[in-house]
Amino acid sequence: MSVDLSQFIPSFLEESFEGLELMESSLLNLEQGDDETINSIFRAAHSIKGGAGTFGFNGVTEFTHLVETLLDEMRDGRRNIEQNDIEILLESVDCMRLLIEAIRDETECDSNKITETSMLLEHTLALDNSVPANANENSVSTSASDSDDALSKWQITFIPEHHLVQTGNDPLFLFNALADLGELILDANCKELPALNDIDAEELYISWQLTLSSKASEAEIREVFEWVADECQLVITKEETIDELASIEPEATGDSSKEAIINGQVESTAEQHVSSAISADKNSSPPPSEKTANKAKNDLGSIRVGVDKVDSLINLVGELVITQSMLSELGNNFDLSKVEKLNAGLEELLQNTKELQESVMRIRMLPISFAFNRFPRLVHDLSKKTGKEIELILKGEQTELDKTVMEQIGDPLVHLVRNAVDHGIEPAEVRIAAGKSPKGTITLNAFHQGGNIVIEINDDGGGINRQAVFDKALEKGIVDASTTLTDTQIFDLLFEPGFSTAKELSDISGRGVGMDVVKKNIQSLGGRIQVESETGVGSTFRINLPLTLAILDGQLVKVGSETYIIPLITIVESLQPQKDLINRVSGDMVLYRLREDNVPVIPIYSLFNIASEFKDIESSLLVVVEADGQKIGLMVDDLLAQQQVVIKSLNDNYQQVEGISGATILGDGSVAMILDVSGIILMAHKKSELDQKHKKNMHFTPTQQISEGANV
Amino acid sequence: MTKVLVVDDSNSIRDMVSFTLKSAGYETAEAKDGQDGLNKAKSTAFDLVISDVNMPIMDGIELCQELRKLPNFKFTPILMLTTESSGDMKMRGKAAGATGWLVKPFNPEKLLATIKRVVR
Repeated sequence: MSVDLSQFIPSFLEESFEGLELMESSLLNLEQGDDETINSIFRAAHSIKGGAGTFGFNGVTEFTHLVETLLDEMRDGRRNIEQNDIEILLESVDCMRLLIEAIRDETECDSNKITETSMLLEHTLALDNSVPANANENSVSTSASDSDDALSKWQITFIPEHHLVQTGNDPLFLFNALADLGELILDANCKELPALNDIDAEELYISWQLTLSSKASEAEIREVFEWVADECQLVITKEETIDELASIEPEATGDSSKEAIINGQVESTAEQHVSSAISADKNSSPPPSEKTANKAKNDLGSIRVGVDKVDSLINLVGELVITQSMLSELGNNFDLSKVEKLNAGLEELLQNTKELQESVMRIRMLPISFAFNRFPRLVHDLSKKTGKEIELILKGEQTELDKTVMEQIGDPLVHLVRNAVDHGIEPAEVRIAAGKSPKGTITLNAFHQGGNIVIEINDDGGGINRQAVFDKALEKGIVDASTTLTDTQIFDLLFEPGFSTAKELSDISGRGVGMDVVKKNIQSLGGRIQVESETGVGSTFRINLPLTLAILDGQLVKVGSETYIIPLITIVESLQPQKDLINRVSGDMVLYRLREDNVPVIPIYSLFNIASEFKDIESSLLVVVEADGQKIGLMVDDLLAQQQVVIKSLNDNYQQVEGISGATILGDGSVAMILDVSGIILMAHKKSELDQKHKKNMHFTPTQQISEGANV
Repeated sequence: MTKVLVVDDSNSIRDMVSFTLKSAGYETAEAKDGQDGLNKAKSTAFDLVISDVNMPIMDGIELCQELRKLPNFKFTPILMLTTESSGDMKMRGKAAGATGWLVKPFNPEKLLATIKRVVR
């Protein structure tokens, strides 16, 4: 029968990547004589090799075999663990990752690097005739199935030792397996059978003379006896070839005419045939080719969930079912006396739903160590490249974060850590001169705060040079010489597009991603980034992220007959405007004085061109929101409830609309739009520019919105 | 129904072996290391054990030795699933009481054909 295993390729790939991560982090922590660590590295390589072999990913198998051999020597103590070997192994892990990524993405990988590293490995192993063990195993497959078309008669003498059955072997099954090869005639020899009283039920006293008519080769017959070879006498003779016309595999005939007793040495031949597909089964499927990997493409979107999380989910569903049946019981014969019970039931339903929601969200949560674990290697490499000695401290690795957020926060974090190494930590001489330890420290810390997750990247370097940043911004024309800026404003300059210091062109940080991209990425996740820095003491970049992208805490507001949702995280405050704080400036631009700030007021009704109850700011309410460091006041008719809303993409169902980040469905079934605060700020800017150009009022008409939206 | 205990620390290998066996009509249980396998074996009888050798916590050789001490497992076939095809590995397995070995890379057809030597 044929079994298609290609469905397991994605899980193999996923597991391999985990294995590689484990190898990498263990290699970085490897110390002499640490047997358990070296063992776990070996196991990871071993599993990858085994899996790759199964799917016919020969490149991975062959390469990993070399890695495994080196690790095996370390494990056995035949080789000391030298720093140089560790570097080679780290390189090898990179190569394995390249090879496996190439399988996942169905692309070719950089074979130069692979060849180079294999040669390095071979050199290290001092393999003169380096033939990876598995290289030829797969190619043998033709011999066994194609070989003997001729039917031969074999005489097999099988004399097992008495204790044969005690290792779980049973002659009966061996004979069954032989019978699969052809026609088998059994002749039992019971001469050694003792008297009934003397029989030990756990011993075997019988021997057999077998006659097999089969097309199988001697090696195939010997293979059946492979596991009992040391525990029996076995004589196999070829009596005659029934069909002499067919050609016979030369090797097999060479041996088969004379008697041979199986011993350990024959195993090598037997083994080649072991790997040679299924001899008797002509239907056996071809070895999984690269084609089967096609299915694996982009299919790594799976999550491995702890059983406890699933269990808690099942418990909650159980409770939900109970509540539901209680409610429907109530509904069957309802009268007013049961109102209290109904309320209690609904209360319970609310509780159940909330808990269920939290549990489901928790399934998407992964510990941030998934994003953190690439840093020890990164810092190790960077530290080597820059010659700075750096210690990396990871904290709060178990802090959980939504999988999607995790995937997208990786690159910005890498950028920030690179910056910390490159610009943050000073060279050892400078550190010593400043009275610090020559070894720099970078700390990555993650923790929960309110409904958010905070990730901090801290270095104990020289801090950000405010004057240098200011000068740079001046040079780039981002600021005027006359402006005085607060620390926060200066640090914010770092995130301006095109702002990069000359030093940044080194190959460490200069990866074509600027800090502005980092900020943009973080904002697209609904988060924000702040900088703190103290001269001589170090800098901290603090990233605030929502725990999940699927659910949002929102403030429902009413404008005319529409309900909109403002993300709670953006709201600074909501207020009833006071007449004396309203300033009308040119055109219909209105500013509201909020303490020391003048906040531009944006009436939502005019933004989206809808009817509203109040067109006058004094009778409306103002929701002051902040994004990109700018505050604006959104003019609404009324504030409704605050609630969590499930975000539905507008793109998927309609198209992107400027000023709207998504939609949700409210309790009454109606659709409400979620406002995109940064987008609205941008719209307001454009609008005021337009106003100034045309010196007249312009409203955004729906057609205009859509055409502009489509360009975004 | 023939019951097989599959012991391997690699999820994908374990899943594949288990899947292959199930598709051929065997009943399977899975364990992620030797200790886990031993615990499962203590509460359930199996007709066949297929175990990886190199595993954390308890390796396949030790599992084999421990299983042979259980009255239920005195004659139960135990196959070691291994890429290490050296004679030394096989001898160690045999000495620990293993019935035989299956050499990785794991091939489903081969597996099914081979285990017929020890179970129905």
